[in-house]
Amino acid sequence: MNLNIAILIILMVAALWTTMTRSLLRAAIGLAFMSLALTLIMFRLNSGLAAVFELSVCAGLIPVLFVSTISLTHPLTKQEVMQHMKDRIRRFWYLPLIIVIAGIALSFITVTLNIKLPPKEAEESVRAVLWNGRPLYLVGQIIVLLAGAFGVVILFKESEEK
Amino acid sequence: MLALFITVPFFSILLFNLPFLSFIRRAVVAWAYVLFCSQILLVLRLFSPNFLADFASRTHFFNFNIALDNLSLIVMLSSAIVLFITLIVASYMIESEKKRFNFVNLLLLIQAGINGLVLSRDMFALYIFLEIVAITSYILIVFDKDIKALSAAFKYVILSTVASVLMVASIGLLLLLCGDTKFSSIHALIGGQQPNLIVMSAVALFICAAFIKAGVVPFHGWLPDVYSHSPAAVSVLLAGIISKALGIYTLMRVVNDVFGMNPKVNSALLFIGTVSIAIGALAALVQKDFKKMLSFSSISQIGYIILGLGSGTALGFAGAAFHIFNHAMFKSLLFVNSAAIEKMSRTTHMENLGGLSKTMPVTGFTSVVGFLSAAGIPPLAGFWSKLLIVLALILTGHTVYAVLAIALSALTLAYLLSMQRMVFFGKLNERFTGIREAGFGFCFSAGLLAAVIIIVGILYPLVLSKFILPLAGVIR
Repeated sequence: MNLNIAILIILMVAALWTTMTRSLLRAAIGLAFMSLALTLIMFRLNSGLAAVFELSVCAGLIPVLFVSTISLTHPLTKQEVMQHMKDRIRRFWYLPLIIVIAGIALSFITVTLNIKLPPKEAEESVRAVLWNGRPLYLVGQIIVLLAGAFGVVILFKESEEK
Repeated sequence: MLALFITVPFFSILLFNLPFLSFIRRAVVAWAYVLFCSQILLVLRLFSPNFLADFASRTHFFNFNIALDNLSLIVMLSSAIVLFITLIVASYMIESEKKRFNFVNLLLLIQAGINGLVLSRDMFALYIFLEIVAITSYILIVFDKDIKALSAAFKYVILSTVASVLMVASIGLLLLLCGDTKFSSIHALIGGQQPNLIVMSAVALFICAAFIKAGVVPFHGWLPDVYSHSPAAVSVLLAGIISKALGIYTLMRVVNDVFGMNPKVNSALLFIGTVSIAIGALAALVQKDFKKMLSFSSISQIGYIILGLGSGTALGFAGAAFHIFNHAMFKSLLFVNSAAIEKMSRTTHMENLGGLSKTMPVTGFTSVVGFLSAAGIPPLAGFWSKLLIVLALILTGHTVYAVLAIALSALTLAYLLSMQRMVFFGKLNERFTGIREAGFGFCFSAGLLAAVIIIVGILYPLVLSKFILPLAGVIR
């Protein structure tokens, strides 16, 4: 089996695990695995720098943020979790069905797109890419993280203190 | 120097949150006032083309791909005024010093986010700053941890995430096609070829995403709950500028700078805009809650902005941008007044209120100014922007849409008049005989916004020549 297909299957299983698991903690771990699979795909697409960021931020920092946030919340009881699961299945039983039908329908459509992936760019240092090429992205991402940190402090830390 | 609009609020947040500088935290509110007022004054000065060229050409430590034009300036001016008013209202509504400190930090994040959004000339940078504003908005909505606000914020998060996914997918398709995310690169490539499936998909995905962020019909499900259940100061901010910046500004910028005006896109915008005006106005007409009625009114007013953009002309574009500013002023004013009423009467249910102009004369009078401007009554500011939009529609042969826009304006007048009668006129409810104005801050905010609406309306020829007509130069 093609390695790319194998990685995509891992990605899909991790995504399903993340969305379907009953535990928030397990969902955070599932998300880390998903990012790991995405990192492999990026490496195979010659996007080394993006892969490194995906690995460090999405597979590393973000799950750590999630786990620390989850640790500040009160877990549900087992009965409550089961009730939530039953409610979710009752309300959304048709969603997997729609996905399967859409998948089958799409497999009959053949679309020819003249897309050529851009050639591999010349190796540049991380500093050159981030500081000279994309400083606005960098500042923007730092502000996003700052906003996330404020969210955790305001929504969870203050409640914990109370 | 343009980078200062992003870096100053950003570094202010970092500075105020340094652990060993906790003694300066008390100055955060004063500093935020200074920043917002400075932005208002600087932006007003930047409307002078020579000063703008000189200011933009000065080098800065950060080498960002950013630029400034009159559309950006109008949104930056509106956002700075609304942030200033929000801070005044919040100072009265939030008693705890620690909560106030956190709130001001979030306002500074919003300032950095909106400034970054309007200065970006790159699709991905635009998306990042859009997310900064969206994430900070979620936190602001649930700031008081009210259960209804949490439920509304959850709805907002879900729909906003769908919009983000659509936007990223659109950017991905454009990157695949052009190999770059700069506005100029994408525009050059798209403009030089026949629209193909990828381009059409990218345009459709992006427009849907912008509609969700703006709360345009049929993507408006989140908006009434979020506006009406948010803390009072946050409602002012959300209704005044957030949804306009996230949805409408983004749509105007990308349609104009990246996709280019296109007859098919224009037709879709005209239709959606008219439906939005009609459904928003009809829904507002049957509301009994003050804030909910204002929320539906926002959906209706956003429709006028979309209609102006859909006319596909420089005049319509200028009218749409002018209506963004006017809507920010009159909707913030009406939400400030609703906050004052909520603070003093502990209710926003209009049937429980009545005769409040006797005990709250400033709130009553400024509400009249706000609703008349919203309904497009001359000579207030709202009339002129609606006039520009209607003229643009007539000049481009869209007479039916122009007639509908005027007719639906009568509905706006009807629901706002009904609100004014139920809340401010008639017999004073005995429960509220003892209540007074909510405080100097509320009266000052409402008075300031009402003054802006009246002055902009009266000085319309000056405003038109100095601020609005130069917008024609923005059109590609």
